[in-house]
Amino acid sequence: MKNAIKLFALLLTIALAQPATAKLNVFACEPEWGALAKELGGNALKIYTATTGKQDPHHIQARPSLLAKARQADLLICTGAELEIGWLPILLRKTGNPRIQPGRLGYFMATDYVRLRDIPSYLDRSEGDIHAAGNPHIQTDPHNIARVAKVLAQRLAELDPANAADYQNRYQNFEKRWQAAVRHWEKQAAVLKDVPIVVHHKSWVYLEHWLGLKEIATLEPKPGIPPSSWHLARVLKQLKRQPAKMVIYAAYQESRPAHWLSRKAGIPVVELPFTVGGTREAKDLFALFDETLKRLRGAVK
Amino acid sequence: MGWLPWQFSQSFHLPYLVTFPQLSSGFTGKFGPIFLPVPRPYSFFAKQHLKTLNLLYFMDLITSHGYFLSVYFEGDMDFMNNKLAVAITLAISTNPVVSFAEDDLTSLRQQIDDVKEEYEQRLFELEKRLEKAETARAPQTSTSANAFNPAISVILDGRYAHFSNDPENYELPGFQLGGEAGLGESGFSLGHSELALSANIDDKFYGSLTAAIHDHDGETSLELEEAYLETLGLGGGFTIKAGRFFSGVGYLNEQHEHAWDFADAPLIYRGLFGNHLRDDGVQISWIAPTDLYVKVGAELLRGDAFPAGGAAHDGVGAYSLFAKMGGDIGVSHSWQIGFSHWLADVEGRIGGHHHQHEDEEEHEHEDEHEHEDEHEHEEELEVAHNPSFTGDSYINAIDFVYKWAPNGNPKNRNFKFQLEYFDRKEDGTITMLGSDPLETSNYDGHQKGWYAQAVYQFMPQWRIGLRYDRLESDNQGSDDEVLAEAGLDDEGITPQRYSVMFDWSYSEFSRIRLQYNRDDSFGSPDDQVFLQYTMSLGSHGAHQF
Repeated sequence: MKNAIKLFALLLTIALAQPATAKLNVFACEPEWGALAKELGGNALKIYTATTGKQDPHHIQARPSLLAKARQADLLICTGAELEIGWLPILLRKTGNPRIQPGRLGYFMATDYVRLRDIPSYLDRSEGDIHAAGNPHIQTDPHNIARVAKVLAQRLAELDPANAADYQNRYQNFEKRWQAAVRHWEKQAAVLKDVPIVVHHKSWVYLEHWLGLKEIATLEPKPGIPPSSWHLARVLKQLKRQPAKMVIYAAYQESRPAHWLSRKAGIPVVELPFTVGGTREAKDLFALFDETLKRLRGAVK
Repeated sequence: MGWLPWQFSQSFHLPYLVTFPQLSSGFTGKFGPIFLPVPRPYSFFAKQHLKTLNLLYFMDLITSHGYFLSVYFEGDMDFMNNKLAVAITLAISTNPVVSFAEDDLTSLRQQIDDVKEEYEQRLFELEKRLEKAETARAPQTSTSANAFNPAISVILDGRYAHFSNDPENYELPGFQLGGEAGLGESGFSLGHSELALSANIDDKFYGSLTAAIHDHDGETSLELEEAYLETLGLGGGFTIKAGRFFSGVGYLNEQHEHAWDFADAPLIYRGLFGNHLRDDGVQISWIAPTDLYVKVGAELLRGDAFPAGGAAHDGVGAYSLFAKMGGDIGVSHSWQIGFSHWLADVEGRIGGHHHQHEDEEEHEHEDEHEHEDEHEHEEELEVAHNPSFTGDSYINAIDFVYKWAPNGNPKNRNFKFQLEYFDRKEDGTITMLGSDPLETSNYDGHQKGWYAQAVYQFMPQWRIGLRYDRLESDNQGSDDEVLAEAGLDDEGITPQRYSVMFDWSYSEFSRIRLQYNRDDSFGSPDDQVFLQYTMSLGSHGAHQF
């Protein structure tokens, strides 16, 4: 009995003696922000990524696992601009976690720091599932990643002043490597300028702007509405008049419509990772763009 | 860039007379006459004396570092005095623009373009930053007072129903029906048309109001479904909710009817709660700081709404406790299990066979249970042979949900299985209101039931679902006749029902559903067909688990 008490006391001591310098709990809504946090925070952060590259970030449910993780988060890194409107508000409301509420340091929406495109001038559901703030898929342009990285590094330093210098160093290092990589990608992408493409969903407006790709049609009749056969037929007809070089879809999107069109129109189909983990090769942010450009270049050869 | 060579560049130059190649000192340069039709400050002092023919020669020297040295020789011939005055002007610039011949222009233009591009890029960046700063300060809001309007959504719900039996005769043997229990009307009818408003009240509170608009026998009534506030980020994982809300008991109960996967409620929800367990009160819940989702909650409720009644204990007549656990298995599977307990001190719960209520006032009575004096008023008037229960009521429940989606991406394909089991024990007396002499019986009731359902979305927009319901009751009383009259005699029947549904959701906001039930609840089996639409207008709905 005495031994049991001693053992219990020992365990209690161990439990209470856990180092006070607990890691910052980061809840990243999408893999690209999880990967960015890893670049900037390294081991100082405990990062949980709520979705994978195989998941449509819009159609996620507020699953119990997400509630449990959001409950413990010190920092929420999400895209914003209504991308997570179906589930993030529930996480914020139901978890009783004050640290990640809007306006607090722990609430970080990447689209707040980037100029959004496709801001609809006309808001109506007949236009599909559009986002009032603009197109939220900002991570397809590496310049946007750089912009977000800068403010995120500052935010991490504010949240965790003890490691502020470390975050800054890591940011400087990342920024240098990133800019060099961007120059490399831009050189590689010269062949893609003005190439006409068809896309599944309007996921690529930032990529298109960055590389000068010309989107001429989407497989979805309206944003968020799955491709229908009559709409695909119409796209096919359009391609006869106005040929495209390839049809692009994100790894998480249904591949069948893109493959159908590819067969019918005789143009290559390109599955792009869209985010980190979308394809096996896209292991981190650098690999994401390496792979994206590799696949795009492969299609124009 | 030098001020001088730039101004008079190119167009006023005569062709070079001499172009010398790269000099060993690192200079290269050109030499020739120049005609300058505008005042030249550099020849200022020469002009003081001489007002004659101007001859101007210049020499451009370009250092290997790109610095540009212009040397101007200005010779003024004064024929009168036979003097030659020479002024030499030097101009240094960093950009050799002035004295390049046509063959150099291309490279010159290239350089200018580069500079332009660089500046354009910088300008673009600046614009972006400016815009960013502007939007950060004033996000796209209109300045009108409407900017702070709450999120509004409207649910349109309508159906066509066909029943092989008369829906007016509907009953669930062994269960005292109340609330909204019933089949509804056959033919075309509106279901729950809902109007929901919600918004953050401030940074500490969130508020939501949902009103349902029904039709009963040609009269439209407005019912307050939910009206509550909820704390935001209270801390420590706690959340407090107060007002009128759907209880946290069970799984389906917290969802609005338009979010259900079938057109009607599971039989056990219909039998115990009149479709939904809803009351006024306070709920406190806590989520554990663990990776496994653990949530526990408790509710203190008024105990006035069916299946409680009478708002015992000065309006704190019902309580509940619930716990939920859940998580993911791998990336494609997720689950949740819940346990709930509900208890109430019931004082005069009015229910009864639905088909007995053909009088509108009774309907209202049954639905609202709002004011005690209204009860009495109506009881005096009309409520003939309506069973009333007074006593203790306990419910224990377990619910389980499992979901699957390939790679955890439910957009294209997903599967959902759910099962709920409820067990209710009641101990008290049944009184047949309005009977003379007053008929009463001791009552010791035990009712239980469960349902299981599976819904599969086999391709985007299309789902198919199956459901099975089963109820059982074992109710004892001192007077079997009273129990039988109250509908609490199970008549030797274990009600059960098979359902199959098929629905199509064009977008996230619209759904059309076809459902068939084989209902063995009472008498001869009833074939029920529903064709239902559920449309949501306005703000984006929540993707609840």
